[in-house]
Amino acid sequence: MAQNRVKDNRAWIGVLPVLLIVAFSGVIPLMTVVNYSVQDILDFNTRFFVGLEWYRETLDDPRFVDAFLRQIGFSAAVLIVEIPLGIIVARGMPTDGLRASLLLVLLATPLLIPWNVVGAIWQIYARPDIGLLGVTLNELGIAFNYTSEPLHAWLTLLAMDIWHWTSLVALLAFAGLTSVPAACYQAAELDGASKWQVFRFVELPRLKGVLVIAVLLRLMDSFMIYTEPFVLTGGGPGNTTTFLSQYLATMAVGQFDLGPAAAFSIIYFLFILLFSWLFYTSVMRDEDRS
Amino acid sequence: MNRSSRVSRWVLLGYCVYLVLPLYWLLTMALRSNADIAGTFELLPSNPTFANFAEILTNPVWYQGFVNSLSYVVLNTLISVSVALPAAYVFSRYRFLGDRQLFFWLLTNRMAPPAVFLLPFFQLYSSIGLFDTPLAVALAHCLFTVPLSVWILEGFMSGVPTEIDDMARIDGHSFWFFFTRIFLPINRSAIGVTVFFCFMFSWVELLLARTLTGSEAKPIVVVMTRTVSASGMDWGVLAAAGVFTVLPGILVVWFVRQHLVKGFALGRV
Repeated sequence: MAQNRVKDNRAWIGVLPVLLIVAFSGVIPLMTVVNYSVQDILDFNTRFFVGLEWYRETLDDPRFVDAFLRQIGFSAAVLIVEIPLGIIVARGMPTDGLRASLLLVLLATPLLIPWNVVGAIWQIYARPDIGLLGVTLNELGIAFNYTSEPLHAWLTLLAMDIWHWTSLVALLAFAGLTSVPAACYQAAELDGASKWQVFRFVELPRLKGVLVIAVLLRLMDSFMIYTEPFVLTGGGPGNTTTFLSQYLATMAVGQFDLGPAAAFSIIYFLFILLFSWLFYTSVMRDEDRS
Repeated sequence: MNRSSRVSRWVLLGYCVYLVLPLYWLLTMALRSNADIAGTFELLPSNPTFANFAEILTNPVWYQGFVNSLSYVVLNTLISVSVALPAAYVFSRYRFLGDRQLFFWLLTNRMAPPAVFLLPFFQLYSSIGLFDTPLAVALAHCLFTVPLSVWILEGFMSGVPTEIDDMARIDGHSFWFFFTRIFLPINRSAIGVTVFFCFMFSWVELLLARTLTGSEAKPIVVVMTRTVSASGMDWGVLAAAGVFTVLPGILVVWFVRQHLVKGFALGRV
């Protein structure tokens, strides 16, 4: 937000429409969830207040803990691969010309494909009977089958997420790099800096802003992933690729356990807030120090 | 200025191949018949057919799905941008009671997993009679497109000097005239980027769109999951529908590509 802003409480009129619409599509549903989470709902006319019972039950539920650990593993793997890969890809991009435009469009394309279509594309691509990837791997002598091998399912999901989202990191990093003044590169060259030093001391500090956003977005979105694994593996084989959203959807829509599902939702939401906040404040504290 | 090393250019090339291969495979599948797909494995379709595409363009279930999707995406974009414009303007120009808290509270909505809201949304929209209409999906998607729009627009508007506001006031223009005739045209590219992202996030979403629609307003992404599982796996038609859902994205990116880098550079996306 700009620094020289005028103080005027009438500005509330301007935010009123946004408040109303977010209250309608955000606050009312969230309050409904809170309301569910402290009740045992047998049907819509018979319900009992149960306090924090569902919260205790969810945190003790081994299936929740498993899904949670899988989720952390998946998000960590996604961040470890996508952030460095995105930066390298961005550094390889030409800065202008038709080639740059075409590359931009190619990079942005996966971001604009509906998420279930992303799942379907990878299903068609990785299936051991008709998929280019699946058939090729089997021809090479690897018995690849993501529907029966948990490890293969994991690797396929990871490969799909990298395909789907690395572009976002790359585009953010590319935009950050275009803001590095040419003079900085010349100065570094005069000082005889190595390629690595140029990256570490000239580019990386200027990329910090966009990279914070990239990590935050990838962290939040990978933590909420639902549609792509739903289409590709359906959470299987067994429960090995069932992440939090998947488990929640089964509980809420499949089994109609409203109370426990609501408590689950609240815990889930709080975790995402907590992770984002921890990351954000730790980065910002470093900023204050330096 | 030459920042790209040989290694990163090779990585870029490899990454592009990695991006293209699944898309290429989707296209070849769309051009083949089901018997052909099941029978032989081939890199280039030897008997290309357009029957799958024809199926989608002639079967009302499929093309109606496209119309439904586009109608809630457009509705959502209109609502999001029109409510976000005044809010972003006051966030960038005024200090007021609770402004910071409000701004960050808005952003937390972007972090709410849609799965959390499935049941409440279903109940809410059923009780006010909006269930199975494009408007219900459009309003539900506002949960993440409105905070995002405010965030992007505020980023751009903060970069516009406040002297412009003062000058318009001195010239005796009304606020309404200033806002619509002077301020909004300055922020053209900001609005372009915002429209792009609203369009994008609404177009790709499945979970809420599926929960809030029945048979009337069924969007294309849902038709893909339901029709296909009902009639066994029809890979060819599924792939053809996939190709059709990829195309609008490519078109939109091509038109906003320059603004896009600018929007990303603000770190607000």
